[in-house]
Amino acid sequence: MDNKLIDIQDLKKEFVNEEVVTKVLHGLNFSIKKGEYLAIMGPSGSGKSTLMHILGFLDKLTTGKYIFDGQDITSFDENKLASIRNEEVGFVFQQFNLLSKTSVYENVKLPLTYSTRLDKDKLTEEAIRSVGLDHRSDFLSNQLSGGEKQRVAIARAIVNQPKIVFADEPTGNLDTKSGTQIMEIFERLNDKGHTIILVTHEQDTANHADRIIKIRDGLIESDIKVEKRRSVKEGELIK
Amino acid sequence: MVILGLFKAAIKSLNINRWRSFLTMLGIIIGVAGVIMILSVGAGAQSLIFNEIESVGSNLVSVLPGASDDEGPPASAMGITVTTLQLDDLEAILNNDSTNAIVAGAGYVQGVANIVYQNQKVDTTFVGTTESYPIVENANLISGRWYTEVEDKGLSRLVVLGYQAALDTFGDIDPLNKKIKIKKEIFRVVGVVEERGSTFFGDLDNQVYIPLRTAQKIMLGINHISSARFQIDKEENVPAVIEEVKRIIRDQHDIDKAGIDDFSVRSQAQALDVLGSVTGALNFFLAAIAAIALLVGGVGIMNIMLVSVTERTAEIGLRKAVGAKPIVITTQFLVEAITLTFVGGAIGIIIGAFVAGLIALVANYLGYHWEFIVSISSILLSVGISVAIGIFFGLYPASKAAKLNPVEALRYE
Ligand SMILES: Nc1ncnc2c1ncn2[C@@H]1O[C@H](COP(=O)(O)OP(=O)(O)OP(=O)(O)O)[C@@H](O)[C@H]1O
Ligand SMILES: [Mg+2]
Repeated sequence: MDNKLIDIQDLKKEFVNEEVVTKVLHGLNFSIKKGEYLAIMGPSGSGKSTLMHILGFLDKLTTGKYIFDGQDITSFDENKLASIRNEEVGFVFQQFNLLSKTSVYENVKLPLTYSTRLDKDKLTEEAIRSVGLDHRSDFLSNQLSGGEKQRVAIARAIVNQPKIVFADEPTGNLDTKSGTQIMEIFERLNDKGHTIILVTHEQDTANHADRIIKIRDGLIESDIKVEKRRSVKEGELIK
Repeated sequence: MVILGLFKAAIKSLNINRWRSFLTMLGIIIGVAGVIMILSVGAGAQSLIFNEIESVGSNLVSVLPGASDDEGPPASAMGITVTTLQLDDLEAILNNDSTNAIVAGAGYVQGVANIVYQNQKVDTTFVGTTESYPIVENANLISGRWYTEVEDKGLSRLVVLGYQAALDTFGDIDPLNKKIKIKKEIFRVVGVVEERGSTFFGDLDNQVYIPLRTAQKIMLGINHISSARFQIDKEENVPAVIEEVKRIIRDQHDIDKAGIDDFSVRSQAQALDVLGSVTGALNFFLAAIAAIALLVGGVGIMNIMLVSVTERTAEIGLRKAVGAKPIVITTQFLVEAITLTFVGGAIGIIIGAFVAGLIALVANYLGYHWEFIVSISSILLSVGISVAIGIFFGLYPASKAAKLNPVEALRYE
């Protein structure tokens, strides 16, 4: 047994819309270790989000293999995929995607409503605290700032204590200060042992990761280790 | 617990679009209110007919002039004057040995007139009838007496007042032996009938009764009678009496076996049955309209649920993305549709029962023995129908929601 969490072999993805075939990913090979912090970069339209959706069990690959935690998931049905999404994965979407007119608390709790866990309230409170939003718990989602919304989205992604967290441009819509706060949250999560995969087009943001994969035109252009990783000092956590 | 949670979530989500939810429910509310109201009014009318049969007794046989088929009412009941029935026919029936089952029989003519006492003037109907009227019609007197056969044959000008007619004419004064004018003829009051209420045949309390022959010869100038009624001793003798009465009148009128009767004989119960079948047909018609309203309501619900699925595509995508299984999404939307129809149905039941109650109140105020009935079965029926509509018309939008691809749903905005 190795410590590979994700193993991708010759992954191809094409979209078919009314006879028109769009080939997006042309055969990717890579693996991700448990506890790794990976950044994916690449120009717009290169297929980053498409890849994230496949890795996050939201979409199906066209050909190739996807081994997750030792299991070949290509043959899993809708229900099995739903359970994996619910139990193993957290996903931070590019557009926040919060439930409107719904409280921070309810938003964060959402994944747990589809779970059989018993400690739902405790987990929800913990997740909200870890992104520093305890004082906003009862606020409605539309009463929050962009940075706060993104933190709610992160709290929701980690509420089920997932093995792996996907984040698609989590700082894309934010100013530098909010972006830094978000990146600190990911670093702490990674320190606690969560595997993190994030998409970004900013080199600074990518430098927080252990490793950067660059994608161009549906192929891996480069796959490099980051030498020096900036880490969060104690006491610098968000209050 | 899980089910309760589902309904709570559904109510929460419907509450976000309160007005739209209400308008969606309107079709169901109207449909269910209609069903409840119609069933209740139908039951009330049925109770009225039943009470009517009870009060006149099922042992009454009436004879009307003019032919009739078994279904419709005879021509004479429709306001057309037919003169073929005579007092002789009534006497022939009563004097025949083969009609011993007849306890009593009375003949009738009618007219409209006002009665005048001093300067008091009251509009009434006067009924010319024979001395056996109180036996045939179960009419009890609260004071005085009825006129006798001899007084009838002697064309006496005596009158028995209905309860309300006495009250309207005399107020607190004792009417007995007072002289009143009916159509310019002077009559002496000999009795007052107790309060009897309204029936299909009119307000009995507002009538006055005078001897049949006096009415024929002096008041109306006619020789025929407009109807005759017979009280039979036992219900099982009714059919035999009907046949016997027919035979005797045919004899009287020289009608042979192949000839067409110029009169009709039927039991009171039969006459009310005809009314019952008319109200039944009306009920059926109204129920069909209510069913259409329910159907339209159902289509409205499907329409709104489809809009709601499109509108909430991003929400559905998110729920699927965080691990909601397709069946869970289906259930969520189905429960929303059922909640809509269930709440709509409940409101409809309350409104329908309220309207039916008002109708019963008015009917009772008008003096009819109308019972207010909202049966458990009608409630169960309409709740059942509305929930079935929720399931039927909610299923398609719900399954459409469950089939959404999470990625496409998330992209939608
Ligand atoms: N459902 C779809 N049908 C057809 N083509 C699609 C579909 N989804 C994505 N694509 C195409 O796939 C390509 C990659 O899209 P993707 O969203 O993965 O790009 P990206 O790398 O995330 O870009 P960005 O940085 O702008 O977010 C695009 O050319 C896009 O048009
Ligand atoms: Mg993208």
